[in-house]
Amino acid sequence: MAVTTSTPPDTQGPAAPPEPRRQKRSAANVWLGVIAWVVGIAFFFPVFWMVLTSFKQETDAYTTTPKIIFEPTLEQYEGVFSAGVGPYLANSLIATVFSTLLVLLLGIPAAFAVSLRPVKKTQDVLFFFISTKMLPVVAVIVPIYVVVNQIGMLDNIWTLVVLYTGMNLPIAVWMMRSFFLEVPGELLEQASIDGAPLWRTLREIVLPIISPGIFATALICVIFAWNEFFFAVNLTAANAGTMPVFLVGFITSEGLYWAQLSAAATLAALPVILAGWVAQNKLVQGLSFGAVK
Amino acid sequence: MQGAAARRRSRLPVVVGAVLATLGLLAGCSGAGALGGAEGVETVTVAIVSNPQMEDAISLAPEFEAENPGIRLRFVSLSENEARAKITASVATGGGEFDIVMISNYETPQWAQNGWLTDLEPYMAATPGYDRADFIPTVRDSLSYEGRMYSVPFYGESSFLMYRRDLFEQAGIQMPAQPTWPQIAEFAARLDQGEGRQRGICLRGKPGWGEVMAPLDTVINTFGGRWYDPQWRAQLTSPEVRGAVQFYVDLVRQHGQPGASQSGFSECATQFGQGQVAMWYDATSAAGTVEDPAESTVAGRIGYAPAPVVATPSSGWLYTWSLGIPQTSPRKDAAWRFMSWMTSKEYIQRAGNDPEIGWTSIPPGSRQSTYQIPQYQQVANAYAPLILDGLQRANPQQPTVQPVPYQGVQFLRIPEFQDLGTRVSQQVSAAIAGQITVDEALEQSQNYAETVGESYQR
Amino acid sequence: MTATMERPAAPETTGGAPMIDRAEGWRRRAPLLPALIFTIIVTQIPFILTLWYSLQSWNLVRPGSQEFVWFSNYADVFADSQFRTVALNTVIMTLGSVLIAVVLGLLLALLLNRQFVGRGVVRTLLITPFLITPVAAALLWKTVLLDPTLGLINFVLTPFGASGTEWISNYPLASVMAALIWQWTPFMMLLLLAGLQSMPTDQLEAARVDGASAWSTFRELTLPHLRRFIELGVVLGTIYLVNIFDQVYMMTQGGPGVASANLPFYIYQRAFLGFDIGQSAAMGVVVVILTLIAANFALRLIFKSFSGEEEAA
Repeated sequence: MAVTTSTPPDTQGPAAPPEPRRQKRSAANVWLGVIAWVVGIAFFFPVFWMVLTSFKQETDAYTTTPKIIFEPTLEQYEGVFSAGVGPYLANSLIATVFSTLLVLLLGIPAAFAVSLRPVKKTQDVLFFFISTKMLPVVAVIVPIYVVVNQIGMLDNIWTLVVLYTGMNLPIAVWMMRSFFLEVPGELLEQASIDGAPLWRTLREIVLPIISPGIFATALICVIFAWNEFFFAVNLTAANAGTMPVFLVGFITSEGLYWAQLSAAATLAALPVILAGWVAQNKLVQGLSFGAVK
Repeated sequence: MQGAAARRRSRLPVVVGAVLATLGLLAGCSGAGALGGAEGVETVTVAIVSNPQMEDAISLAPEFEAENPGIRLRFVSLSENEARAKITASVATGGGEFDIVMISNYETPQWAQNGWLTDLEPYMAATPGYDRADFIPTVRDSLSYEGRMYSVPFYGESSFLMYRRDLFEQAGIQMPAQPTWPQIAEFAARLDQGEGRQRGICLRGKPGWGEVMAPLDTVINTFGGRWYDPQWRAQLTSPEVRGAVQFYVDLVRQHGQPGASQSGFSECATQFGQGQVAMWYDATSAAGTVEDPAESTVAGRIGYAPAPVVATPSSGWLYTWSLGIPQTSPRKDAAWRFMSWMTSKEYIQRAGNDPEIGWTSIPPGSRQSTYQIPQYQQVANAYAPLILDGLQRANPQQPTVQPVPYQGVQFLRIPEFQDLGTRVSQQVSAAIAGQITVDEALEQSQNYAETVGESYQR
Repeated sequence: MTATMERPAAPETTGGAPMIDRAEGWRRRAPLLPALIFTIIVTQIPFILTLWYSLQSWNLVRPGSQEFVWFSNYADVFADSQFRTVALNTVIMTLGSVLIAVVLGLLLALLLNRQFVGRGVVRTLLITPFLITPVAAALLWKTVLLDPTLGLINFVLTPFGASGTEWISNYPLASVMAALIWQWTPFMMLLLLAGLQSMPTDQLEAARVDGASAWSTFRELTLPHLRRFIELGVVLGTIYLVNIFDQVYMMTQGGPGVASANLPFYIYQRAFLGFDIGQSAAMGVVVVILTLIAANFALRLIFKSFSGEEEAA
């Protein structure tokens, strides 16, 4: 029993089917593999084309018959870098990293409190958290603008850090709660009999077990914070603009710059794409971990 | 398992520490710029619309900084819609993020009246060689409130008709010196090769008061239509407006570009520049783009004609991107130093002689002296006189045949127009897409216009 | 914006002491408080201000126009026929995109749950759309894919005689939804793939030995196991897509007419184009109330299934 559950689902079990059936299955598998490849490439193709276009001259980017063969150039990237991408990149990094850290700092204890040690009204609290996500951001942007203006925090990257934390915290608490539910109760009772303080129980017993889940939550927060556009465009100006704002700045009102726009879009999207690629296994692990229980 | 967890625990703080250190470094770098760096240096923040001429100005700005070591510039470059939303919100709430804002002749007089902008007359008077009188009079007046200028023009534009000389010759068509709209419709039909091939004309259809409404308003005006009568009664279902909108929608649906309801200035620039349409009625500032061989395949084969008319003697619009200083800025002197540099005669010379920019791409339509520059006359001979003429003949006080209670050619200079114009433009755009009829679009638009009109009747 | 939902029976998963004294209760509650207070400050204060603004007539670009008008802004909202159209668009856009993304995600997850050459690479390719910045994704769809003359989709369709289709003008809502589905299908796929990989293999093995057909195995074993994953996907997807702004803003600006406008975009236009603060605040409040009613209903359903299974465990 214990052996079979840990076997990956795709390996053949001990009761292997007879030969002819296996061949039929593997032929089907090959075809399904081909379909998977075709679909995968189709989903990826627009991104590939964006990257390809970013290495084109503008005239190569506008052809009714799309050009695959062309003389690659770094001109577009030079243009983007000379437009001063550095501060935007730094702002995006600050907003993403610090808001995610803050989410974890606030969210882990909260998720702990509503899952492992439920007190009265936890469901209400959970519902409150998730209901804040239903609030359309556009409905509060004017008050936020007015308040932020009054406390002199317009065009300040820490304003975005706070707002992104507020934006991601509910989902993080919600996701991490389900990860915490995975921790065996006996472990905690043992700790509580030993008289260990709360934070030590959390640090020494719980966190190591659920770290894949926390990682997955953090990655989701990173993706949403990096890609956020609405707050960024409305609350920043010269100092605190993030990458999506930088990208929109490249859309000129007077056309004909697809290649350069592609270069800017590639730069804006690349960090999160790379992070997501590297961490995808953790993400799958974390999501399965949480949703099971 | 336990060992792995222990290792992870011990490594985590190191990683976090490294990330924090890096970020601290980055924050330090970007913070330095924000604080203005060395003592005595003022940082001027400029909100600007990311059109090519403005981008050129940004690329030349380091020269200004070299000449003025006490001033550092920071640009916030946004596309038109974002820029307008941001700048208006900032100036109206006294946000104070910007020392210089790029606005137009739509905002300037209204905001001056609200007391949001700095009167620039004293600054101009104190700047030798700036030559206020050199600005094109209609442009200057459109940026003035009670005779005083509250913003200075970077470039100005009117509207005109661009057409492919080679195609007209092939088809044996002669463009009249002052074409009328029925003539243009006839030419469009003759040059239209059908769907998927070269079409007759490109006209904007994209929603937005600065998109489809701009050319359409000039058509409405010259057909004798108006938005309101002098008692602020909405007139959008009058026969003149109906006729004009029906004409416009029919023309672009029958002989216009593909994707018409989503094309604005840039989409039409692409269509015309790639030789996919035979004519294009739009802003005079398009000339710089379509005559640039690096961006356009039809450069050198383009003819120009004044804005087509019906019942008025001329029909071009008047628009100008200009620079103003919000009342909230504490750095008005430094801001003016840069503004006066960017709108000076010397800047135009500097841009024209720059190998990267060149005379075709200078900011036109702001100063009369620009049209006396021999190098500019040489490259822009085909269209420059037409631009000057269009600007001088534009009449924001009396845009159409009958009297109106508002000012402006392709817009109404009232604060509600951004929203009203956009709502109406959405209806027109839907009619161009064929989702509703012109009558339905105007019926709905009339409702919107009535609501706004009522607030002025009181 | 307060949690008024009736509380389902709190699950005592840890089986703690039945009598929790006051001090212990606070000790247990304490870790929750920082997050709770933070969330209340960041989300509720602006909302209370929105409520206040919604009772005023206030146009930002007409100084001195601010006055208290009670509920006349709300009356205007309900009289606005476009508001109803836009609300309907929002429902179609949100539910349509989520459901299609879940179905596609499930199919892809089933495909990827098999062994084939380069499975890891295909998964990497598939998740990329979820990671890309929405603003960039919208630009990509608008220009590279759907442009009538230069777009790749019309180029691919040319041999089939469908060239020159004006996707964004003629099918605006579907175009925006296509971009949303493209971005969210990978997320659903990842979630459901995680679900599939957490399935106990002995059950599947037993079903195969019993000679059950692939379809009945899927329906009777796989689907029930995936139910919670699907629910989680639907909830998370709905929460994000109901507030989607970037794609509408970048691709269609809500047009033609309001054919592809959703409520966030429509409110944005009133606030940042009309600068009609009172009107846009009132719309925001109406939207919050409508969303909360819908969400209360949906979440109660989800929570029931969650706590139900917790009790069973």
